[in-house]
Amino acid sequence: MTNEGGGLVVSARPTRDWSRFHTARTLLKSYGIVSAFVVLCVSLSFVSNYFLEIGNILDVLRQTSINGILAIGMTFVILTRGIDLSVGSLAAFSGIVGASLATSSSVAGVPGSPYFAPAAILVGILSTTMIGSISGGVVSCFRIPPFVVTLGMLSIARGLTLLYSGGLPIPRLTPSFRWIGTGDIAGIPVPIFVLLVVFVLSWWTLSRTRFGRYVYATGGNPRAATTSGINVSRIRLLVYVISGATAGLAGIILAARTGSGLPQAGISYELDAIAAVVIGGTSLSGGIGSVTGTLFGALIIGVMNNGLDLLGVDSNYQQIFKGLMIVGAVMLDSTRRSDDH
Amino acid sequence: MSGTESSEQVPAPPPGRSYILEVDRLKKSFGGIAALRDGQFRLAAGSVHALCGGNGAGKSTFLSIIMGIQQRDDGIIRLDGKAVSFAKPAEALAAGIAIIEQELSPLMDLTVAENIFLGREYPGKFAGIDFAAMNRDAHKLLEQLGFDINPKALMRSLSIGQIQLVEIAKALSHEARIIIMDEPTSALGEREVDSLLEAIKRLKAQGKGIIYVSHRLSEIFDIVDTYTVFRDGAFVDSGPISSIDRRKLINMIVGRELRDEFIKENQPQSKTRLEVRRLSRLGKLSDVSFDLRAGEILGLYGLLGAGRTEILECIFGLDRSWTGEIRVDGISRKLANPSQAIRVGFALVTEDRKQTGLITDATVRSNLSLSVLRQLSPRGVVDARKETKWALDMIKRFRIKTATDRLPVSSLSGGNQQKVVIGRCYLTEPKILLFDEPTRGVDVGAKREIYGIMSDFAAAGGSIIMTSGEVEEILGMSDRVVVIRNGAVSGILDRARANQETLVHLAT
Repeated sequence: MTNEGGGLVVSARPTRDWSRFHTARTLLKSYGIVSAFVVLCVSLSFVSNYFLEIGNILDVLRQTSINGILAIGMTFVILTRGIDLSVGSLAAFSGIVGASLATSSSVAGVPGSPYFAPAAILVGILSTTMIGSISGGVVSCFRIPPFVVTLGMLSIARGLTLLYSGGLPIPRLTPSFRWIGTGDIAGIPVPIFVLLVVFVLSWWTLSRTRFGRYVYATGGNPRAATTSGINVSRIRLLVYVISGATAGLAGIILAARTGSGLPQAGISYELDAIAAVVIGGTSLSGGIGSVTGTLFGALIIGVMNNGLDLLGVDSNYQQIFKGLMIVGAVMLDSTRRSDDH
Repeated sequence: MSGTESSEQVPAPPPGRSYILEVDRLKKSFGGIAALRDGQFRLAAGSVHALCGGNGAGKSTFLSIIMGIQQRDDGIIRLDGKAVSFAKPAEALAAGIAIIEQELSPLMDLTVAENIFLGREYPGKFAGIDFAAMNRDAHKLLEQLGFDINPKALMRSLSIGQIQLVEIAKALSHEARIIIMDEPTSALGEREVDSLLEAIKRLKAQGKGIIYVSHRLSEIFDIVDTYTVFRDGAFVDSGPISSIDRRKLINMIVGRELRDEFIKENQPQSKTRLEVRRLSRLGKLSDVSFDLRAGEILGLYGLLGAGRTEILECIFGLDRSWTGEIRVDGISRKLANPSQAIRVGFALVTEDRKQTGLITDATVRSNLSLSVLRQLSPRGVVDARKETKWALDMIKRFRIKTATDRLPVSSLSGGNQQKVVIGRCYLTEPKILLFDEPTRGVDVGAKREIYGIMSDFAAAGGSIIMTSGEVEEILGMSDRVVVIRNGAVSGILDRARANQETLVHLAT
């Protein structure tokens, strides 16, 4: 049946809507994630005196930065109707690779020597970018579902990490390497800056560039995109490269913060990243969403965890709340979309 | 709301039959906008009644109220003379009103019988299902309707036409007295349409009433007994179908005099644009050859599954597994993907705009610019102002009815959505337009506009290949018709020598 009457559709990128009847509802749905975040912060500030202290805010932001970076990369993938379950393992891998080049202790029996920190960081990120391109290549060329491919890569990358490190941590990282995780610029921790840079670059790419449009088109309707002349395979490959790169970056920061490269780092990190993306309003069926939403999704998780800590709530409850938020966010998303039909 | 009975202009029911359904002064508004201002309808038992109207006419709203999906604001509905009110669809179904939807959603991995009795399975032993009885009854039902389908077959093994017949059987198995058919023949081939017509005849004989909704006017004149036209949410006219002709019906639907329905006027030029030679694709096409000249509209006619879409896909680079030769302006081409095809000068408007033509969540503007983003972003960054200008130009040029270019394209009517797809193709400045069912699911007014767009394109020297299952459309718009049967060309006819009989004969 044709869509007559008043069924006005809402898309995640807010479209300026003149109809009074729908404006309020539209705004709430499009900016709901930000409103939810604001409400959360306001409530917490009443409940705990420490919440708004600058030290606490910086803490929250710093703790959110790793998941935030992972989640922003994940957003690209999910926008194309894909998923990357391997980012946790990739983060561990880049952490180990970077750490092995930034330490004077021996790795798996091979005596190490510390290299110029930026080089170590770069190599770490490149290593996972390459693995990402392999995942992307398999997804785009062999038409195997991304879930399956990246699930396999999750294990493979973890195995490679354990192999390379001999199963042992890589301690005593050089101070210049550690700076990216523990240092600060003008009093603000470096990871927060990194997150900001990643966010701005990603936001700009998705909203202003041709590539960004292609990402949305590939996820929104791959067949229509193909008919329009878009190389959907290439887009599908590139988003996994992006995801690999952000995982690499997150892994480096994680290792730098921890002070050692840990082969067991990052376990289940992919789930938190996906949670942030989903809570932020990006649809798992692709084509709808934004990194802004993802950023706030990650912040909501971070603020919620922080709030529960400040209130002295058992940390196990954080898991439960996070789960409820994920389901709640998707429920909101699906009621929003079922209005269209 | 009680009140006096209907006005004097209501025709009396046919002798010996009564009205099953009577609707008067039906009103419904959504958020201050009136979708239905004055719905009036009379359905006699044992008859087929067409409900006609363009987009925005109020047909869907009217039907959703009848089916209990929406609640009316005002007006009266009478079933067998008694006033009724349905709070939910289940009540309407229980009262004997069933619908055969336009959009099919069968469960492909279950059998025909399982689909028919979905949700009403026969309980068997040990909390199981009595498949034997279910299959028996499904077989009886299908036999009664004259559908030659095995109840134990998996839906996945059926053709689209057969799937639609099963959906029809499913709706009819609810023992409905009033059956609403919404574009029932959209996926049916000739033989299946005949089965459907037979089934409709039997239903009429049983005294059931059928409300028939279709944009295919020729079907309406073939099948229905009476008609009602809605326009702008209000009743316009009703009466026996024999009392009007096609032109009058169109005028009532659109509300104004449409000069000519099909307006391809220019003569094709002599320059050959496209040469297809011995195009073959394993299992689908064999030895297809034809020419296309500048300024020409070439019609591709054939049954569902004959291979028309496959021909377009091979030409456009969506399918690379073909053999033969395709020459564009004399140069032999083997296009590897749509991007190359677009650069060579092709553009494709696909058969199903929702599935393969549009990004439904994206704005009108984004959909329009999809093929030309490269030109709009010389250094990778999209020039938003230029994009807006191009989009607005196209909206104005094709008179796409949308309040702003930033509306989601899904909120547009079918005809306007189709214009967005065409607009997207136009922006690539094509020389050869490929149309797969250009006016499927498009109402009469927008159809006329699309025909105008196509004619203008040809008059300016462009070439068009269009497929269609509607004989009038093919006959009216094409300079020549290529008839495809089972993947091969069974005939190429000039406009002058083509008529319905010859085309159907060649296609079957």
